[in-house]
Amino acid sequence: MPALLEARGLHAGYGQTKVLHGLDFAVEQGRTTTLLGANGAGKTTTLRAICGLIRPQGEVRLADKRIDREPAEEIVRRGVGHVPDGRGTLMELTVEENLRLGAYTRRDRNGVKADFERMFRYFPRLKERYRQQAGTLSGGEQQMLAIARALLVKPRLLLLDEPSFGLAPLIVADIFEILRRIRADEGVSILLVEQNSSVALDFADHAYLLETGRIVVSGPAADLRKDEAVRRAYLGY
Amino acid sequence: MNGLAHQVISGLASGSIYAAVALALVMIYQATHHVNFAQGEMATLSTYICLTLINAGVPYWGAFVITVIVSFVMGAVVERVLIRPVNNAPILTVVGVFIGLLLVINAMDGWIFDYIIKPFPSPFGGGQPMLDGFISSHELGETGVTLIVLLLVYLFFRHTTLGLAMRAAAFNPTSARLCGVRVNRMLALGWGLAAAIGAVAGMMVAPIVFLDPNMMFGILIYAFAGALLGGIDSPLGAVIGGFIVGVLENVFGAYIVGTELKLTVALIIIVAVLLIKPAGLLGRPVQSRV
Amino acid sequence: MRDANLAPIGADETQGRLETWRVVAVLVFLAIAIALTFLVSSYRLFQLSMTISYACAVLSLTVLTGINGQLSLGHGAFYAVGAYATAILMTNYGWPYWTTIPVAAIAAGIIGFLVGFPALRLAGLYLALVTLALAVAAPQILKVNALSDLTGGVQGLTTDKAEAPFGLPLNPDQWIYLFCLAIGCIVFLLGWNLTRGRIGRAMMAIRDQPLAAESMGINLAAVKTRTFAISAAFAGVAGALTTIVVQFVAPDSFNLFISIWFFVGLVVGGVASIPGALFGGAFIEFVPNIANDISKAAPGAIYGMILIAFMYVLPTGVAGGLHRLFRRLFARRHRTATAR
Repeated sequence: MPALLEARGLHAGYGQTKVLHGLDFAVEQGRTTTLLGANGAGKTTTLRAICGLIRPQGEVRLADKRIDREPAEEIVRRGVGHVPDGRGTLMELTVEENLRLGAYTRRDRNGVKADFERMFRYFPRLKERYRQQAGTLSGGEQQMLAIARALLVKPRLLLLDEPSFGLAPLIVADIFEILRRIRADEGVSILLVEQNSSVALDFADHAYLLETGRIVVSGPAADLRKDEAVRRAYLGY
Repeated sequence: MNGLAHQVISGLASGSIYAAVALALVMIYQATHHVNFAQGEMATLSTYICLTLINAGVPYWGAFVITVIVSFVMGAVVERVLIRPVNNAPILTVVGVFIGLLLVINAMDGWIFDYIIKPFPSPFGGGQPMLDGFISSHELGETGVTLIVLLLVYLFFRHTTLGLAMRAAAFNPTSARLCGVRVNRMLALGWGLAAAIGAVAGMMVAPIVFLDPNMMFGILIYAFAGALLGGIDSPLGAVIGGFIVGVLENVFGAYIVGTELKLTVALIIIVAVLLIKPAGLLGRPVQSRV
Repeated sequence: MRDANLAPIGADETQGRLETWRVVAVLVFLAIAIALTFLVSSYRLFQLSMTISYACAVLSLTVLTGINGQLSLGHGAFYAVGAYATAILMTNYGWPYWTTIPVAAIAAGIIGFLVGFPALRLAGLYLALVTLALAVAAPQILKVNALSDLTGGVQGLTTDKAEAPFGLPLNPDQWIYLFCLAIGCIVFLLGWNLTRGRIGRAMMAIRDQPLAAESMGINLAAVKTRTFAISAAFAGVAGALTTIVVQFVAPDSFNLFISIWFFVGLVVGGVASIPGALFGGAFIEFVPNIANDISKAAPGAIYGMILIAFMYVLPTGVAGGLHRLFRRLFARRHRTATAR
């Protein structure tokens, strides 16, 4: 069975600057894959290339259909939810409006209602702050909002860009705990980009290591966690 | 005191026009960070179209509605064809295109409809004094119409999904795209809506100032002043600013500088706002990252 | 081993060739211009005089917008100050026409300096907005009753036509043309000189990278306000020349449109090009004349369409396009010469 997401020979960059130099990777159906690497390795660029915010060279296939030529707003409709780096909160809108925006592409009113209820069960804080302006939320709450917004798209594939960024370890643990529950309940496939490798390797099934735009290590997350040499050379612990 | 009350009420009446045009300006600014220097001319063209329909026998409100729809389409087309290609161009290029658009529409008006000043009908009667003579029937009616339009626009943006999508596209286009919003389409819609609002303003003000190709020049400046005063990225601010400018224009014009220097009042307001509080009354402070 | 101080082969010679051509071109141009005095009709001389006046006005924008990056849609106001200064001095106080030029320049320059201060706080779009408002408000200010003794109110002022001095065998139109040519040369020389050297580089640095310029020690406020003042002074001189050529000023000639015409001239000629300003001036003078034969609306329509077209296709104007062409011609010739 082909993987849900497949990237072959992925090249991407910004203007003259080339960041990705031919990546090959995949996300299996129902599994979690993580992309690790230092700052500037190209992790965020990879996610942007997949979800259509930048146009890559090479092939990106979602459920065997090519999506690398499509713009972001169309790829979303194919079932890709992206939690961007920096959360992407629409600050001037309320929490409610942020969430309603997540459900923008959906036509099933009742399904959306049910999903809202589920989001509130995962993230009760969002229900408390429902009418508040999103810009007034804390970092952790904005991260929850971003995840909920992406989940309301009802995605087959969830792209998570550095969800731990700028958050206290306790909050990070909270969020990943919730992500585990979501994963178990919804069965969504996840591509996680993280700088915090220990949290990511704990959470994922498979891992790729990115270094200056190239994949240098690939393997089951459990193996990488145990491999001292890899950890010390690339992950810094 | 009677005189002052009269000036204030009259100022609110003209302020409603400035508020509408200011709202159109702010809508486009919020979405694109461009100021549509040609907003006034587009409104003038719409007003001419309405007059043509009326002269062809279409009843007033029918012509009104058709004009609003046609203006909406025109606005969307202009955005798609002329403005979108230069969305990220340097400021000089953008200003050049807008000024060029201003000139072309202005010339088109003069060429198709000629330069003679024309009267424009009002659906509210011939300007009989109402409310103890504080206000003419037309001023009252036009204020009512503009307020209704402003209310409808507010409801649209606050309570409809499409309105939400348009606001999201203006505030954070990337996040909006990640929710499936077709941001480019929202831009065209925004321009269409702004053009439609401008058309209403033009049709409401024409009976007072009479219709000629340069009708909206002064009004555009007052609308700028109102938009800046209220906050160039705040639609509510634009509306409030428009009303305030209307009142200030009238009161200052009547008691301080004389009616011949009313436009100077607008200029002074613009300069004062930009020097004292560039974000305006309701706008967010502008931060530029180094 | 390569000496790092050597410039790439051929660059120096290309530059030198361009410079020589430039000087020759200017001299030839001046010779023709002077010769025209005796070759063309009075009406043509009138048009050429207006061309020089408009060229000075466009030059004022070249300096302010093209070189220093400050966008103004209201230079008609400074143009008006100069025009009215000349008219008032000649009509109300009997000053001879040639003495009014420095006064017009200074008056407009002072007002430009005063405008330049608030302009410091305004970037691109907002400055364009404010100057636009100034342009729209200007006719109103000129018509004010309180000043009408001085300004002639709505009717404006008329002045006497200048005569050739020392009994030279020139009719007034010829003399006025030569006078404008002389003043125009001075203005263009000043403008050209301004944009060379340190001040010019400072101006361009501010245009391109204001923060970097400031951190290198350039005093942004001083340079920007002074540029505004000089630009306004140039526009004032242009206005003075117009009054001398037309012998008439009235408020409604100084409306929004004249400011926009200057802007169009700037774009068409070439935003940062000094010789381009001359082409821009000619464009503003001659195109409406031709277009008006088509219809009253034609000048505006043509300006608008050309403005849009240039923004899309030729943002550096005619001068920019020609410059690129010449560069390419000379560089290529030289490369084939050395390729042995």
